[in-house]
Amino acid sequence: MIKVNSTTRKILIPLFSILAGFLVGAIIMLFYSYDPLQAYGSMIQGSLGSTVSIGETLRQATPLIFTALGFSVANSAGFFNIGLSGQALAGWVASIWVALAFPDLPTFVLLPLAIIAGALAGAIMGAIPGFLRAFFGTSEVIVTIMLNYVALYLSTYLMQEVMPAHFRSSQDATKMISHHATLHVDWLSHMFGDSRIHFGLFLALIALVAVWLLMKKTTLGFEIRSVGLNPFASEYAGMSSKKTIIMSMVISGTLAGLGGVMEGLGTYQNFFIQTASMSIGFDGMAVSLLGSGSSLGILLSALLFSILQIGGLGMQTGAGVPFEIVSIVTASIIFFVGIDYVISKLFKNKDNANKKLPKTPIAKEVVTEEKDAQEGGRL
Amino acid sequence: MANSEYVIEMRKITKAFGDFKANDQVDLQVRPGEIHALLGENGAGKSTLMNVLSGLLEPTSGQIYLNGKPVKIDSPNKANSLGIGMVHQHFMLIDAFTVTENIILGSEPNRGGVINIHQAEKDIQKLSDHYNLDVDPTAKVADISVGMQQRAEILKTLYRGANVLIFDEPTAVLTPQEIEELIEIMKNLVKEGKSIILITHKLSEIRQAADRCTVIRRGKTIGTVEVAGASSEDLATMMVGHSVTFKIPKQPAKLGPTTLQVKDLHVNENRGIPAVKGVDFTVKSGEILGIAGIDGNGQTELIEALTGLRKIVSGEILIKNHERANAAPRKITETGVAHVPEDRQKYGLVLQLSLAENLALQTYYRAPISEHGFLDYGKMREHAKRLIKEYDIRTTNEQLRAGELSGGNQQKAIIARELDRDADLIIVAQPTRGLDVGAIEYIHRQLIAQRDAGKAVLLVSFELDEIMNLSDRIIVLHDGKIAGEVRPETTTEQELGLLMAGQTQAETAKEEI
Repeated sequence: MIKVNSTTRKILIPLFSILAGFLVGAIIMLFYSYDPLQAYGSMIQGSLGSTVSIGETLRQATPLIFTALGFSVANSAGFFNIGLSGQALAGWVASIWVALAFPDLPTFVLLPLAIIAGALAGAIMGAIPGFLRAFFGTSEVIVTIMLNYVALYLSTYLMQEVMPAHFRSSQDATKMISHHATLHVDWLSHMFGDSRIHFGLFLALIALVAVWLLMKKTTLGFEIRSVGLNPFASEYAGMSSKKTIIMSMVISGTLAGLGGVMEGLGTYQNFFIQTASMSIGFDGMAVSLLGSGSSLGILLSALLFSILQIGGLGMQTGAGVPFEIVSIVTASIIFFVGIDYVISKLFKNKDNANKKLPKTPIAKEVVTEEKDAQEGGRL
Repeated sequence: MANSEYVIEMRKITKAFGDFKANDQVDLQVRPGEIHALLGENGAGKSTLMNVLSGLLEPTSGQIYLNGKPVKIDSPNKANSLGIGMVHQHFMLIDAFTVTENIILGSEPNRGGVINIHQAEKDIQKLSDHYNLDVDPTAKVADISVGMQQRAEILKTLYRGANVLIFDEPTAVLTPQEIEELIEIMKNLVKEGKSIILITHKLSEIRQAADRCTVIRRGKTIGTVEVAGASSEDLATMMVGHSVTFKIPKQPAKLGPTTLQVKDLHVNENRGIPAVKGVDFTVKSGEILGIAGIDGNGQTELIEALTGLRKIVSGEILIKNHERANAAPRKITETGVAHVPEDRQKYGLVLQLSLAENLALQTYYRAPISEHGFLDYGKMREHAKRLIKEYDIRTTNEQLRAGELSGGNQQKAIIARELDRDADLIIVAQPTRGLDVGAIEYIHRQLIAQRDAGKAVLLVSFELDEIMNLSDRIIVLHDGKIAGEVRPETTTEQELGLLMAGQTQAETAKEEI
């Protein structure tokens, strides 16, 4: 049993989970006679070993930051948003559509317009389950999961049947967007060895700060946190839990939609038929959970996930280890984060354990968690 | 039986949680056939000690002797087999089961895997008759009164062969009449050779029921006294460590204009069943109107309707002559209403947020704490520091999570937040439930000060003492209706108890003649 304070504990639990995840991956590799050291070596090499790979890793992290932020805002209000994939997809389609519809508008008009369109589409997709939960008490888990499928097939339908035919280059993909709508910037790309890194990275960093400000410094953020922590007391205090839940889902959907915009205007420059829900949606949830919902935590864990994904490709080529091992490592990390209750048993909370028996009249009324437990839910 | 003076002896019991000692060298000696009261404030360590005795907690050090023989009680089952039974404050009964089913739960008598319910019913009926408990073993728990549920709990421990019964604050949920019955039952039990440990912080019950009393303060034994030789004041002083005033003197009420007027109010509870059935009353500024009644007679729904937390079915709620029926909570708050909610941890506080944030829960959205949608945490902390000082909230600092405060200080924080807003109508529900005498005195003084400052105070409480001491007028709620209105100077606890039990004022008057 190691005694640490609660802040250190918050950091130690994800770190321990990450280590344990890598360890599980290593054990499985040993079992199948791969060399884990060589594998992890080539993973690092593949993700951080060159300017190109660093650029790709950062590019990969960009949409993850958005979807993870989206998840954390909704989660703060007590809303489990599994619909990030669908919201991101809506953002992707909408931004490409606007970009293709007005290809000749100047960059400073078209680019913001396309981004806003994507954000709006995500916001609408997010508002639907928020509205249903607030007014009809429907389970957001079921509604958001099903809306992922709605978004998935609607996106194909929209592209193939509703979009003007001249937007498409084939039955399965749209044309590339014009350079007025792209997030791609030459100097940035050159700096990272002509990788697909794009300006969205900076938007993601701005979003990290903006969400931190929103949640910690604004009245709305206070309401979102309060409703998430105790909806009864929040209602008592005159907050509208309906309004707050819908607002948090609009913000969450906006951020997820922006995640999709990053893929559309940044990574791929077009839209093509998706056969499954976007992985940035689900990975975003994992990133947010690993980063315990905080902005800094989300930044770091988004980078880690990108290293795993980009480096996983390098592991495959460099050490001949199948990419699926990366999925096992990722899944193990999430598993260990999920069982943080067990891990936290390792790190006893020093804040409480070290509380001296009160001596001063000021301190004597401070009740530790143990004392609460001792009085066993009296009141 | 071994030849020991004590049926239970706990010697130098220490239970530490980390560095915090909930029990520090506590001694407790219970004689066979006595009712032994365990008195202490909340958080004094009574429950910890009893959890040690009933096998829920293992002591860090110390030894327990049963009839003079050292025993190790390491599980609740062990405690059961040694004949130690606990009657819990919150009944551990399943509503949908019969009394018998509840009692045999976990140790069902069976023949080849088939429960022999009839045998069990007979046994339980016999036990019930023997101890005069008057429990119907075939009744469903959901259909019987709170008092009978408690007696079913007592039967459960007896059925399992308990010789020592621990009663954890047994009177909290009972009417005055039921309390007297319970004390009678306890006296019966000890006459039959059982021993009882009675956990409580109500002095009057100790004086009525107990033979001896052990007082615990901050985890340490203060002493054991013969109840007959000690006054209530002595016991209270032992419990809190300084002398306390029981009844706060107050001036006659100076009545002002009507602040709250309720007309023919009907409110449903969650399942859509009427809970408040046509209630009319007014509260004038400068008076405290007490609402007495047993838990579950519509008080909760009435308060929730008045504060906007529950929709009403019909009727009128006029606050300072503004119609406020079915208004949003914030609208009602801004009309000039302060509300100290019944459930302070569910409604009163967001336990995970800091004390400062909780103190700002009603004002966070307005200047100076909120400017253009941004919160000024500096101002919020200043606001908190001022309230902490003015209302004497004991905390290390304003950044502490509200959940880490003691119950009394949580309540003080709510009182500070609500009273500081200078509202004209103050609605207070169960303001002192679970608090110790020191905190109760403080809160009572605050409420009287508000009344004297010309505020209208509506007080809901299940504690008759509190209602009697504070109120200028008392209405009694029974089954969602007003059973009667009385004045504290001219009524008795007896009369209130009968009204609470559903008799009309006319019937009560007849009975008194």
